[in-house]
Amino acid sequence: MAIILSEAEAKALLQKVLAYSKADECEITLQGEQRGNIRYARNEVSTSGSLVNQNLAVKSSFGKKTGIATIDEFSDESFEKVVRRSEELAKLAPENPEFMSIIGPQKYLSSKGYFESTAAVNPDSRAAAVGKSLELSRAQNLTAAGFLENETGFSAMMNSKGLFAYYPSTSVNFSLTVRTPDGTGSGYVARGYSDFSKLDTAAATRIAIAKSKGSVGAKALEPGKYTVILEPTAAAVLLENIFFRMDARSADEGRSFLSKQGGTTKLGEKIVDERVNIYSDPLNPDLPASPYSGDGMPQKRMNWIEKGVVKNMYYNRYWAQKKGVEPVPFPNNMIMEGGTASLEDMIKSTKQGILVTKLWYIRTVDPQTLLLTGLTRDGTFYIENGKIKHPVKNFRFNESPVIMLNNLETLGKPERVVSTESERNYMIPPMKIREFTFSSLSDAV
Amino acid sequence: MKRRDFMQMSGMGLGALMLPNVPVIGNSVPVEHLLDPWMDAPVKKILSEIALNAAKSKGATYTDVRIGRYLQQYVFTREKQVQNIQNAESYGIGIRVIANGTWGFAATSDVTADGIAKCAATAVAIAKANSKFQKEPVVLAEQKGVGDKTWKTPIKKNAFEIPIQEKIDLLMNVNGAAMANGAGFVTSNLFFVNEQKYFASSDGSFIDQDVHRIWPTFTVTAIDKAAGKFKTRDAISSPMGMGFEYLDGLASEKIAGPNGLVGYRNSYDMVEDAIVAAKQAKEKMTAKSVLAGKYDLVLDPNHLGLTIHESVGHPTELDRVLGYEANYAGTSFATLDKWQAKNFNYGSKLVNIVADKTQAHTLGAVGYDDEGVPCKEWNIIKDGILVNYQATRDQVSILGEKESHGCCYADNWNSVQFQRMPNISLKAGTEKRSVLDMIKGVDKGIYIIGRGSYSIDQQRYNFQFGGQVFYEIKNGQIAGMLEDVAYQSNTQEFWNSCSQLCDKDDYRTFGSFFDGKGQPSQVSAVSHGSATTRFDAVNVINTGRKI
Repeated sequence: MAIILSEAEAKALLQKVLAYSKADECEITLQGEQRGNIRYARNEVSTSGSLVNQNLAVKSSFGKKTGIATIDEFSDESFEKVVRRSEELAKLAPENPEFMSIIGPQKYLSSKGYFESTAAVNPDSRAAAVGKSLELSRAQNLTAAGFLENETGFSAMMNSKGLFAYYPSTSVNFSLTVRTPDGTGSGYVARGYSDFSKLDTAAATRIAIAKSKGSVGAKALEPGKYTVILEPTAAAVLLENIFFRMDARSADEGRSFLSKQGGTTKLGEKIVDERVNIYSDPLNPDLPASPYSGDGMPQKRMNWIEKGVVKNMYYNRYWAQKKGVEPVPFPNNMIMEGGTASLEDMIKSTKQGILVTKLWYIRTVDPQTLLLTGLTRDGTFYIENGKIKHPVKNFRFNESPVIMLNNLETLGKPERVVSTESERNYMIPPMKIREFTFSSLSDAV
Repeated sequence: MKRRDFMQMSGMGLGALMLPNVPVIGNSVPVEHLLDPWMDAPVKKILSEIALNAAKSKGATYTDVRIGRYLQQYVFTREKQVQNIQNAESYGIGIRVIANGTWGFAATSDVTADGIAKCAATAVAIAKANSKFQKEPVVLAEQKGVGDKTWKTPIKKNAFEIPIQEKIDLLMNVNGAAMANGAGFVTSNLFFVNEQKYFASSDGSFIDQDVHRIWPTFTVTAIDKAAGKFKTRDAISSPMGMGFEYLDGLASEKIAGPNGLVGYRNSYDMVEDAIVAAKQAKEKMTAKSVLAGKYDLVLDPNHLGLTIHESVGHPTELDRVLGYEANYAGTSFATLDKWQAKNFNYGSKLVNIVADKTQAHTLGAVGYDDEGVPCKEWNIIKDGILVNYQATRDQVSILGEKESHGCCYADNWNSVQFQRMPNISLKAGTEKRSVLDMIKGVDKGIYIIGRGSYSIDQQRYNFQFGGQVFYEIKNGQIAGMLEDVAYQSNTQEFWNSCSQLCDKDDYRTFGSFFDGKGQPSQVSAVSHGSATTRFDAVNVINTGRKI
């Protein structure tokens, strides 16, 4: 049997498994994925591999008792066994006081996240894509280390109340670090696409090469507050800490940056600059995403921050019921609106500032204020009178993305980026921020 | 969707963002299944010989085979309820070969003669395909076959044999104790891991190992809704290479510290720690905000372990030094020329850092690594000087050594083994000294306990660490709790400011259960031992902000 099932095949398989159920209610999720990767360092391929994975999970409930069992070997015998096992586990489980009954049939948006170009990737096309990159770095006597991973997969679910959902998707992520042979320069690039034909490893490699050569001879600047231009790759790793923490329950419980004095939350309040608009949309053509959440809830366009105001938080079904509101699932993508300025325009309009191309090792210092720490990496540059003057040594920063978005100067044109922390893809604009706090210098290149 | 994403999304439904994002491998199975015996060693030997022969016949000049069964049991709770119980099993075979002087790897869950032979052929085919990119052939340090061997973590109570109800009862007691002592919220978790792995190589080694690890942990949150404030305190347990006996809470393994504080050696009292945690979380709400500046730091082993991990463990990984991790984890400031010079002052003369995979009760302890090398102990920093790295069989020749350090590990049968950190520990002082003695000598300092926020650059120069609990030291005495503390330093400057060590009576291990490295990322577990240690005039920043 194929690993990547069509909608009809997935439906037939799920119906077959569901027919074994004797529980009060039953929900089955099905996933299949084919992944391939190639990794290189010191201008040579170091490892490469492929992974084929399929998984079927059965959730059975008796009253408020639930059991989950999974299998990755598919046969009629194993289908019946996994259903029985989930029912046995459910009977043994303690009652869940936050139990929520499964939901019935839903209407989902139609989102195109599956591209034949990506599904057709094989070891040869992977090697060819990497070969184009290696050729360029070797020709310039630079040292490349990179990773390319492609994935083709689908997810589907069905339950005893008649819900059925199916979503096929593809993705490719490419990242590359180019270093000068003496280790005094380093540049980075990362690209993520659903459609492999959009990936131009040579063009991406030229960016990493330019940053690598351009970062040689970095000068030390005093730590302190600076106007910075964050390239989207750098901004993403800060902003995702806001995205991950917009959970209503934590806010209501008083343990979130969205909690407020007096036990209320900041829902409906302006927390950042009014030009900040953040939303999710499974239909975004540049960042398509699954139209349903893990529990089968439909995903639709949802505003999270609109004109600087918190418009929505995530409510799981239990918490929504408790609070008497509609559930709001955790979104499958995140998009920050921007302006029309290009990165070059933003540099041109900067009297004094620092261009930050990548940030590294981001950790939360204080969850109350979302204070984060981390460092600049792989290309940091001083801007004076609208021009890049020279590379600067890397800084450690201590900054909250909430404070940062209050100190917003300009937003550029959003582009799809790969988070170097979570590997998630987002649409993020480059942004100019005043008074960004660098607290110490690093000797790292 | 990647498994990690799926886990994150499942986590959303269960307990919002309070569930730790932990990797779960394999399939969920009934709890009894975790105790079922698997294949006997003689059967595994027959299967591994099929792989060895198949690879050789296809042209492999070296082959190793890992037949592994990986078991996990994870229990997650919050307040009065069980959020999730994960019982997972994963088994299969990973075959690594050298052909045309190049590594190749393939893995399969089809553990039949046919499946294994196909997998071996794939590994050889990948090696041959990749050899086109290879400039110099792989050189393996010699490793004589050790014949048939077995090794088992010396546990007293197999955690998988303890009934689930007992584990739930323990966590409910922990949560109840925290709530009764002022916590607003509490989450508590138990992690148990058992790796049953069989290694065979064309060198003539057939090694059967049974490895156990345990990690009990919790987070207590204190809330002041009126003020809109919250503070957390995590458990000061350590993940260990032990069985359920780690949770016995033996009085003999407690170390009395200043102000009634308790440290735990090889036995942990989870309920007792939860009570202290709830009280400390509340105390943190009104603690004095630190005044930024230079302080002498007195660092508890449960805190210092992470600083050792990040600032000594990672920079002395030879693959990082050579550039193999440049695209992700980074490279290292501890370059080969510094080691060759034999006079690079990594730290003060007091600093002696050893690597080992032999120390009892640690996460790194095994009999043999994942390329069949018997485990040992060696020096990384001797009297403050960088003297060695952590290396595998295909790396030690670079160091002029003939014997591997035994640092090869794969987190699953389907992952390729590569260089991973052994235990990296700071030796205790030889002079008799307790924590109280140490604090008496400090005029202006901070005593830090527990693992907090951590961040270090990609070459391991500049770091910033927080902690769980901070106490101000004034004129040789604890003067109360501090908040908003983080210290920043440069690795070499920091270790050269090491001025005093407590003695072996205070020595304990800290551990990291899910240390990530590589692309695709693999986890490993590693311990770091030390006694409480003093560092002079370290830069402390204030992390308090208003939003």
